[in-house]
Amino acid sequence: MTIPFRASVLAFASVLAAGQARADLTIGVSMPLTGPASGLGIPSKNGFALWPATVGGEKVKLVILDDASDPTQAGKNARRFIAEDKVDLIIGSSATGPSMAISEVAAESQTVQLSTSPVELPEGKGGWTFRLAQSNAVMASGLARQMKGANIKTLAFLGYSDGYGESWLREISAAAKAMGIQVVAVERYGRADTSVTAQALKVVAARPDAVLVVGSGSGAAMPHKALIERGFQGKVYQTHSAASNDLIRLGGKDVEGAVVVAGLAVTPEALPDSHPSKKLAVDFVERYEKQFGAGTRNQFAAHSYDAQLLLQYVVPEALKKGKPGTPEFRAALKQVLESTPNIPITQGVIHYTPTDHFGLGSNSRMLLTIDKGAWKALAP
Amino acid sequence: MNLDASIAAILLLDGATNGMVYALIAIALVLVFAVTRILFLPQGEFVAYGALTLAMLQQGKVPGPVWLLLALAVCAGATRGWALLRSGQARALPAMLLRNLVLPALVAALVLWAAPRQFALPLQVALTLLLVTALGPLLYQVVYESLAASSVLVLLIVSVGVHFTLTGLGLLFFGAEGFRTPAFWDARWMLNGVTLGAQTVAVLLAALVLMAVLGLVLQRTLYGKALRATAVNRLGARLMGVSPGLAGQLTFAMAAFIGALSGMLIGPMTTMFYDSGFLIGLKGFVAATIGGLASFPLAAGGALAVGWIESFSSFWASDFKEVVVFMSLLPILLWRSIASPAHDEEEA
Repeated sequence: MTIPFRASVLAFASVLAAGQARADLTIGVSMPLTGPASGLGIPSKNGFALWPATVGGEKVKLVILDDASDPTQAGKNARRFIAEDKVDLIIGSSATGPSMAISEVAAESQTVQLSTSPVELPEGKGGWTFRLAQSNAVMASGLARQMKGANIKTLAFLGYSDGYGESWLREISAAAKAMGIQVVAVERYGRADTSVTAQALKVVAARPDAVLVVGSGSGAAMPHKALIERGFQGKVYQTHSAASNDLIRLGGKDVEGAVVVAGLAVTPEALPDSHPSKKLAVDFVERYEKQFGAGTRNQFAAHSYDAQLLLQYVVPEALKKGKPGTPEFRAALKQVLESTPNIPITQGVIHYTPTDHFGLGSNSRMLLTIDKGAWKALAP
Repeated sequence: MNLDASIAAILLLDGATNGMVYALIAIALVLVFAVTRILFLPQGEFVAYGALTLAMLQQGKVPGPVWLLLALAVCAGATRGWALLRSGQARALPAMLLRNLVLPALVAALVLWAAPRQFALPLQVALTLLLVTALGPLLYQVVYESLAASSVLVLLIVSVGVHFTLTGLGLLFFGAEGFRTPAFWDARWMLNGVTLGAQTVAVLLAALVLMAVLGLVLQRTLYGKALRATAVNRLGARLMGVSPGLAGQLTFAMAAFIGALSGMLIGPMTTMFYDSGFLIGLKGFVAATIGGLASFPLAAGGALAVGWIESFSSFWASDFKEVVVFMSLLPILLWRSIASPAHDEEEA
């Protein structure tokens, strides 16, 4: 007798709570907190800890779910956001596979998705998906430009055998070709492999001027070390997913002198004062490290923090067209995102258009090197 | 990119190093399966726990498995205590509690005390071995002992569950980032243009020594004979006074020990993540299957073959490396199913 009664009281209370919440800005967040991409998802989640309580004058209600680095789970999360939480927008995921699954649901339910990964979608898809992360194309062209400056003629690729590796291979091949650099070897490895000696051997045997290692976080150190152990003398390049202190922690002296293309979250202090993101990015990394400890700054947290910076500009405009919780408000969010030029965030200046949902340009990247165990900015 | 002699030598060495680690895993899997009929999928987790516990101790942090050990000890102590009380064997209670509760608590206390003090590497290795090995028997008691009579399939499915639980706990204990542990022996020699790392030699030597010791224990000691008897015939061994529960716990202690040691052997050569153990365990499993889950020498030989297949396929076709390794299981399964036609599960 008592149990049904209690259950009904609870149900009533939750109806009340839901009724109240409807006036707030409700945001569904799906992040890979477990599984292979948890190295990206956990810091991304930390980025939300620095969000203010209100965005554009509206109280924010975040619903954060774990997608376990699994596209199926991410799709389920997204459906739950729409059906149960009645969210106004979805943020996530930091892994591209799950992000792709969310984009399907976002388009179907006409809800804006802010993707914290540079997910690539086929032509005609992803009308409701906006990226906060730099595209691999922007990053690859920065690297290729640097390579040309360093007089590199031949390049070898040693990267993840997954979507991230595949996307980088495509972008760097195109960018290198434009700079007259030839890709002479392509080898793959997996994050959890026990050895990359064989791949490193083959890369070194191809005698390239430089090698591009494509891995993420602490997974990028092993191939770099293997190359040095096999006596590789040329330059080693790394991508923005490797630009974290884990590379230095695991790579030690072997990664000295590596050239790494990165977002602006690693050493924003080195940006020129005139850069539109300098103040925002320095403020972000200082507050983040105050909360999570020295040396914890990272790209992934910056993307989830940036979502809020973007919304501060967009939400007030969208509120003029409708109340949160209505389809009008959701449609207005998309329309305002596509029509507001040059919004500064910590990672550069966002400028979405109806046809370009990447929005970040060449001022969203920096070239870094590792000098005596610390990050140092290279002249652009 | 032709295969010349020095490249072949490096690949052979690389394959043998990994193969030796797979061999240790395969031997543990065969041992566990022979004694308890459990296909012990989570064996790889012990590998990751070993390497990462050492990494935590290196940083002066308390490794998370301490808490798992305490939780398992409380579970085991409570369930066994309850069972003893209900069957009126209260007199056996103190001995059981000493073994299941007090000893693990002592191990945990030792690790908690030692963790912030950052002792020398050999002491930390010993601590890690102690901690991870202690997990083995408790895991068996809490999870498998009451299911000991179930079918192989039930035990396998339970193992899948244990694997997911341990991987999830690993993420909680060690975080998502990878670690590299310091080498036991840091030196390099040049032999005919091939660099030979001391850690490689350490892996090969440690694996051989461990196999020899294991062989001696199984052949010469009373406990080893009891394990072999259980493997040959559970019922018969039981009639001769061998407790199946004790045999299971002993086997799991050995498996955990071998896992932790393998983890620390391979930890300096690769980056270990909380979920790295699974793939290593699977490759050990491929090797154990080559040995028909019964023969130690065949399993060890199979593991070396897996190591070499892996290193040569990484060289020739790195994008298809895992495909090649796991596909190599197919002809072996095919051959085995022709050579020894399916037999029913005896003593189910």
